[in-house]
Amino acid sequence: MTQIAAFAAGLIFGIGLLVAGMANPAKVLGFLDLAGKWDPSLAFVMAGAILIGLGGFAVARRRTRSLLGLSMTLPTNRRIDRRLILGSLAFGIGWGLSGICPGPALVLVGVGSAKAWIFGAAMLAGMVLFERLEA
Amino acid sequence: MSIDWLHFTPFASFAGGLLIGLAASALILMIGRIAGISGILGGLLHPRQSDTAWRIAFLAGLIAAPTLYRLAAPLPEFQLDSTVMVLIPAGLLVGLGTRYGAGCTSGHGVCGLSRLSPRSLAATICFITAGVLTVFVTRRLLTP
Repeated sequence: MTQIAAFAAGLIFGIGLLVAGMANPAKVLGFLDLAGKWDPSLAFVMAGAILIGLGGFAVARRRTRSLLGLSMTLPTNRRIDRRLILGSLAFGIGWGLSGICPGPALVLVGVGSAKAWIFGAAMLAGMVLFERLEA
Repeated sequence: MSIDWLHFTPFASFAGGLLIGLAASALILMIGRIAGISGILGGLLHPRQSDTAWRIAFLAGLIAAPTLYRLAAPLPEFQLDSTVMVLIPAGLLVGLGTRYGAGCTSGHGVCGLSRLSPRSLAATICFITAGVLTVFVTRRLLTP
């Protein structure tokens, strides 16, 4: 049941990205291109997602067990440190170079784009590098 | 700055956002996990972690989404202009950066902001600012 719920959540997430136009790197870059012709769509995606998420997480915070009886794994780290800042800045540079973040990368892999596979492999390599450096 | 009215899709993007929020809410309420794609993927690489099944199931759903979408409607057009020489360093930065920063657009941007987390707000400001500056440099300064 856990796996079915997780699969369904992933599926809805991916369809949401496709409907929102966020699986299109050119559209994401259009949002980041403030100095050019700006496409504000990504802000509308965030607004829609957070509107629902505020409710979902408000309920989640009050629970000790999930609906399927699993423990709630909510983040406890509240530190805003150099790791968070530098990591997020590095991610932003990669995002700005390509217009792809991890979710859309996997959706594009599902579309069958060869370039997305290359990006996905490089992204995975970056994550493996992190494990090597930090483990 | 001028608005790109030709490509601006407020309604579809808002509707897609609602679905993303629904998916993130479903994951936390049903199985108690944060829908952060980089964390879910990165967690698979962690040798000590035993909770791999739900991660694989979620990622499989994400990858299967275009196939299901195609059954209902033609896939939306997408445009990926970056060359392989750009995609490789970009992918490396995204992979490394999201793991050091403990989250990406979904984990910090959607789930973190929905939890009203100051840490996620800081991360989101950082990656959006870096993204905007990177596009400014590549499109406005380096492109003739």
